[in-house]
Amino acid sequence: MAISGGAIDSRLLEEELAGLDALDLDEDKPADRLARVWSALWPKMAAVFLAVAAWQLTVWSHWRPEYVLPSPGRVLGQLGTLLGEGEFYRAIAITLRRALTGYALAVLVGTVVGASVARVRPLRTAVGSLITGLQTMPSIAWFPLAILLFQLSESAILFVVVLGAAPSIANGLIAGVDHVPPLLLRAGRVLGASGLRLYRHVILPASLPSFVAGLKQGWAFAWRSLMAGELLVILANRPSIGARLQFARELSDAPALLALMIVVLVIGIVVDGVFNQVDGHIRRRRGLTAGT
Amino acid sequence: MTLTVDDLVSVAPAIGINTVSKAYGRGPAAVRALDRVSLDVRAGEFVCLVGASGCGKTTLLNLVAGLDSPTLGTVDTGGRRTGLMFQEAALFPWLTAGANVELALELRGVRSRKERRSQAAELLERVHLRGAADQRPHELSGGMRQRVALARALAQDAEVLLMDEPFGALDAMTRDLLHDELERLWSTTSLTVLFVTHNVREAARLGDRIVLLTSRPGRVAASYDVDIPRPRRIESREVAALAAEVTDQLRTEVRRHGH
Repeated sequence: MAISGGAIDSRLLEEELAGLDALDLDEDKPADRLARVWSALWPKMAAVFLAVAAWQLTVWSHWRPEYVLPSPGRVLGQLGTLLGEGEFYRAIAITLRRALTGYALAVLVGTVVGASVARVRPLRTAVGSLITGLQTMPSIAWFPLAILLFQLSESAILFVVVLGAAPSIANGLIAGVDHVPPLLLRAGRVLGASGLRLYRHVILPASLPSFVAGLKQGWAFAWRSLMAGELLVILANRPSIGARLQFARELSDAPALLALMIVVLVIGIVVDGVFNQVDGHIRRRRGLTAGT
Repeated sequence: MTLTVDDLVSVAPAIGINTVSKAYGRGPAAVRALDRVSLDVRAGEFVCLVGASGCGKTTLLNLVAGLDSPTLGTVDTGGRRTGLMFQEAALFPWLTAGANVELALELRGVRSRKERRSQAAELLERVHLRGAADQRPHELSGGMRQRVALARALAQDAEVLLMDEPFGALDAMTRDLLHDELERLWSTTSLTVLFVTHNVREAARLGDRIVLLTSRPGRVAASYDVDIPRPRRIESREVAALAAEVTDQLRTEVRRHGH
């Protein structure tokens, strides 16, 4: 006890608190980096192996002729050839530029709309459910209108990409603002934050995880809309991934078609992985992950 | 004898609660949370409010903190800064312990970042958390989080500290140590403390005065001056005897609601 001889002994109290603090905290367990990477990697590798094996078995069963469903080996060979072509990288560059432009616009629109809807009550009543409705609308359904409005052009593609992605981003922000813990709002007010300062210091940081989830979902929608758009809106001298996919179908070039699909899938997975990294980082910092 | 201005200032209470009533809603459905509560807390005094559920203690603290306004009556803190601590630390999980304290300084108007940093370090030192500045709230124990919250409340440069069952969720050992810590901080500053608890022993351990509130609506039922010399121990016979007396009264009050 830190009380002795009629006064609080500050040194004793400090030692007792320090002792209790040390007991309360977990000891740092040294994690083996290699083991952690391996445990994350082997299930993925096994899954890929199983998928490729199933594919190969299907080919061997002669369910479809080889020129329609080629073997994994042939598709990988085709992918290798593609990766050696300059033209292929031009196509990837054009597709990714469209994806980034469209996504950036969607982030801007989604954030502005989300922030205003979260803050202004009549606006929420007016368009709140409309945003969710837009989210469920298949993006390909927008293309006839987009082509009427913008003809076969870059703008038609961008229009649909933005419409596909912005609602998810707006909804993520709205959900985040709605679910700020009331206790944190109260704490912020007690500290003297109100109005914009409450937004900047409490509401926005508190809604960040939900906003990032919206950004991630928005990317998935943007990428899907873009692929749909590139299949429909084919522009001269703009060799995009989608356009090449369409040509491969027209030429019945099954290996090229499947190789391009793998490229689309891999780009989607890589970007999703980036979002997961950001999301995991935010959650770990806030102690929101299970098992920490 | 003539009174100087200084005497008048010291005579005016730090918290003046005058016949305050607070109702939520209107008409017959209105809930009366507080009914004509009057309470003066002198500057530098440590007052503990005890009461059963529904005595409106959180409402009362909100009124004193200026987060809400009374239906009737007045609350006067003479323009003093008030800090408020909750049962949960309510730290911002996206900031480190140090940054939580720095944010309080920033919102108080401390402009220079360097100044904020050094003041925050000093405040954490005062609650014996020198090494925890870079830790995030989830990495700290409940007791440590409450001490960061205490440092944050002190960062507001509050003259009046309102505490809403701040140690209610802690284990007994940690709570005892935090009682020592709070008493030490209070006795070395001119802080006025209004401390809400349902733990009568805690009230007897800490308070200069214990004010007993009735429930539904909250009214002041009794007031006890605690003249047990400090520093006190929660296990001491005097604290236990006073706690028993207050508990008896509290039970009498609670019994009235059974009928």
